[in-house]
Amino acid sequence: MSGWETVIGLEVHCELATATKLFCGCPNGFGAEPNTHVCPVCLGLPGSLPVLNQRAVEFALRVGEALHCDIAPESIFHRKNYFYPDMPKNYQISQYDEPVCGNGWLAVGERRIGVERAHLEEDTGKSSHVGGGGGRIHGADHSLVDYNRAGVPLLEIVSKPDLRSPEEARAYVAELRSVLEAIGVSDVKMEEGSLRVDANISLRPTGSETLGTRTEIKNMNSLRSLVRALEYEAGRQAEVLEAGEAVIQETRHWAEEAGRTHSLRSKEESHDYRYFPEPDLVPLMPSAEWRERVRAAMPELPAARRARLIEAWGISEVDAGVLVSTAGLADYAEAAVAAATGDGPGGGDGAGRAVTNWVTGDLLAYLNERGAAPASLPLSPAGLAELVRLVADGTLSRPLAKEVLGAALAGEGGGSPAAIVADRGLAQVSDEGQLAGVVRAVLDTHPAEVERYRSGEDKDRKKLRGFFMGKVMAEMKGRGNPQVLNRLLDETLSGPSSS
Amino acid sequence: MSNPLTRADVEHVARLARLALSDAEIEQFATQLGAILEHAARVAALDTADVPPTSHPIPLANVLRPDEPAPCLDRDVVLSMAPAAEDGRFRVPRILGEER
Amino acid sequence: MSELTGRSAAELAAMVRSGDVSAVEVTDAHLERIAALDGDVRSFLCLGPEPAREAAARVDAARARGEALGPLAGVPVAVKDMFCTVDLPTTCGSRILDGWRPPYDATVVSRLRAAGAIVIGKTNLDEFAMGSSTENSGFFPTANPWDLGRVPGGSSGGSAAAVAARFAPLALGTDTGGSIRQPAALCGVVGLRPTYGRVSRYGIVAYASSLDQAGPFATTVADTALLLEAMWGHDPRDSTSIPSAPEPLLASLENGVAGLRIGVVEELTDVDGIQPDVRAAVDSARALLEKAGAEVDTVSVPSVEYGLSAYYIIAPAEASSNLARYDGVRYGLRVPAPEVEAMNASTREAGFGAEVKRRIMLGTYALSAGYYDAYYGQAQRVRTLIIRDFARAYERFDALLAPTSPTTAFELGARTSDPLAMYLSDVCTIPTNLTGACAVSVPAGLDAAGLPIGVQVLAPALGEAVLLRAARCLEAGFNFTARPPLGRPEVAA
Repeated sequence: MSGWETVIGLEVHCELATATKLFCGCPNGFGAEPNTHVCPVCLGLPGSLPVLNQRAVEFALRVGEALHCDIAPESIFHRKNYFYPDMPKNYQISQYDEPVCGNGWLAVGERRIGVERAHLEEDTGKSSHVGGGGGRIHGADHSLVDYNRAGVPLLEIVSKPDLRSPEEARAYVAELRSVLEAIGVSDVKMEEGSLRVDANISLRPTGSETLGTRTEIKNMNSLRSLVRALEYEAGRQAEVLEAGEAVIQETRHWAEEAGRTHSLRSKEESHDYRYFPEPDLVPLMPSAEWRERVRAAMPELPAARRARLIEAWGISEVDAGVLVSTAGLADYAEAAVAAATGDGPGGGDGAGRAVTNWVTGDLLAYLNERGAAPASLPLSPAGLAELVRLVADGTLSRPLAKEVLGAALAGEGGGSPAAIVADRGLAQVSDEGQLAGVVRAVLDTHPAEVERYRSGEDKDRKKLRGFFMGKVMAEMKGRGNPQVLNRLLDETLSGPSSS
Repeated sequence: MSNPLTRADVEHVARLARLALSDAEIEQFATQLGAILEHAARVAALDTADVPPTSHPIPLANVLRPDEPAPCLDRDVVLSMAPAAEDGRFRVPRILGEER
Repeated sequence: MSELTGRSAAELAAMVRSGDVSAVEVTDAHLERIAALDGDVRSFLCLGPEPAREAAARVDAARARGEALGPLAGVPVAVKDMFCTVDLPTTCGSRILDGWRPPYDATVVSRLRAAGAIVIGKTNLDEFAMGSSTENSGFFPTANPWDLGRVPGGSSGGSAAAVAARFAPLALGTDTGGSIRQPAALCGVVGLRPTYGRVSRYGIVAYASSLDQAGPFATTVADTALLLEAMWGHDPRDSTSIPSAPEPLLASLENGVAGLRIGVVEELTDVDGIQPDVRAAVDSARALLEKAGAEVDTVSVPSVEYGLSAYYIIAPAEASSNLARYDGVRYGLRVPAPEVEAMNASTREAGFGAEVKRRIMLGTYALSAGYYDAYYGQAQRVRTLIIRDFARAYERFDALLAPTSPTTAFELGARTSDPLAMYLSDVCTIPTNLTGACAVSVPAGLDAAGLPIGVQVLAPALGEAVLLRAARCLEAGFNFTARPPLGRPEVAA
């Protein structure tokens, strides 16, 4: 795709984790029986009226703060008018040219990606299609509508067309997801639909300043889909342009299994939404005090947290990224480090690095296998801290520590690695006298090998060295302190002949 | 004075408004609506350059409610109003429009 | 026992409170009158005799237990079929909602029930409150009790006629462009449109959201105040509801008008096509107010000339959006079709009448791409001009005087072939809706043909107290005691 620059903008819809819907007191939750979380307001029954949820506004202000946005001193709601069976009023209450947040940015890698706006709007109901293939709308006989989701608060976050590659788009969404989670406004689960991404993508000749014709891509349900879809579409547009044709501005649907996008141009005309100010709602003018309270209560954002952990623990950016982007993982790690160092999350004396290695390695693998969250780990942060200390003070060799960790995760020892070590007698032996005795015994049992070692060449000596160490370790059932043993072997092998 | 509204205009608006107008209605509305719009166009001539629009006659702001649950409707009541229902949901004939 | 129909609400409430009469007797007397005479007027779309008697029985039982009764206990109220009522269908006068039963009561209805009022039935209206004659009802027209060949006005024609015919001493209506005041004038009763936001709109089916307001019909100004006090006040379910608690009205009703400055709106008294009797009634009203100590002068509010044009863009625009929900999916009429889009279109075509379709089309057009600024945007700016003009007038005056309707009741069918001609009925009432202020129509007398003439008092937003004082003064001065020549004459009270 040489000669072309890819230009991507993303529209992210985030379901806000309020207790109730945006304009009524129906519960905002996933998985209830159809049409049990409805009332006259969210069903749009004749005579019903909307009243704005204060916490939804609070969450919008938090997002605005986190994305460095200007908070509009006055914002209003608009009606977006069109017909669809999952829309109880056949208009959606949204925000149009006076949104609550504007003009912000999000750091992704080295770049700042512009955030055009963030605004509040109500979600639609959900329709399922019966009779076609695979529940798709095409070829369906009829559809069934559930309005539980109608009226759920959404925050639509629109980026500027600043993204330059599918990978960067993925990184933007991952970081945005991390931020939204950190500030507690959403559970941001793409697989459950609480985070949805639509993309706008166009190409232009490298060096050009004008935007090319864009297409909108919908139905990307994971970060991986996002990348695949954008890669496909960029390729498709390049082919079109290189054939001397023009890209048609349209909405395209990403078909995951087929691995391609296809046009959604329907027989219907393109929508004329006839936006006008919502007469049933009054303007929103968040006070300076409210905005200040939001500002003051902002938690540490992912970028700042990663930087702090890298600085304090000396871990890598990659590791810091894993810790911070996995829900609850950084909390777990920091608690473990705090317990290990005893005086708050310092991470000095290598505890930070050690904890990070365990957490991003064995523990994360355990969680991923089970699709579980850190809070459900059978080994508490204090328990991990104990393990780290046991290794640090020489009681446990690293290989044995791994074994102990596995045992703790399986429920042994009641969450205490120290108990497991004691139960299984795994404590590492560092006593020089005892170890020297074992070394001597092994070498005495293998005089020929000893002779070969003393007179042999380097590569032979290396192999024999490993052989001796293996024998000694087997004798010690793995509990010999490797550093001490190495020194003793050196001393004994290079010393005067035995016997 | 020529009618500001053509037959094609009326058909387009009827589609937007989901009204399956008859031919007779389309003809009639083209004339009637044209007359009303001409009357309304009297306001078009007024100079309102620096005048802000009024969406709400009485100035209020910041009407909010606490994020607290309120009783929902009973599903049986909800579905009893439905012209057609199936599996606890509202049933509609197939949708021609876009997938969502 | 003396006749119970034809009495004021205040009288009936007092009689029920004192035990002179039971609430059930009052309810029965009104239901009998309706049964005898509403066949000719057809003010009701549906009656609820059983729930009404049950509610009346509850009032009587409460009284027997010595409990305090609400201010409207035992008083029958007729409710325009735009208000949701759990125990009676709510059709908005439209086939698209024929038989629909809401699962909830409008806030106003709940408040009236809590005050002890007896909802006896739902009254006829122009479909979805769009009209000035009640001829746009999807079911049948209502006749004017004063002349059954004439219209009662609209859109709250059923409520106005029911009160005029003494089927109930009180009725609820809605006023978006004059739909309480104009039928009140044509039917010779009092009708008041409160300041926007005074009365909760929750549970009142929306026509034009920034213009709609519910209000009272009654035969006396005092009864009007009584009903308004029971209806109004903040409702957290309505975001446009004014937060502050309203002031008491009955207490200040008799304060008179001495020292009040009242302006007669030139452009409305001189409006095209105004009937000479109507013009004369405004002159009489002026004289009455002057005699009672008010300072009356003429005032010019030039931008009222543009009110009709602005209204007939704004109201249909909002209506086109408010009525989009009637699509055959969740409730109401469904005309089957193989695809949902066709089902929506066929349902709406069959379910809506011509005027509703006309306004939906007009509103959709006015909001559509390329036209928004020229039509809707411009109309909202003109609205601001009208608000400013009235604000200027209210710097010099406490209240304004004008005709309510340029003519008295016209014949059924006289204006139905020309929508624009029908729209002109609202020229005097529309400006108040655009400004969001309050106004009342008071009966001034009869014209040469024996048809009622109404006179309108306007006051600034939150000015109901002044409005009612002026109305009370006019009522006392006009002393309008005539009754429609309907059925057997009542025994004089």
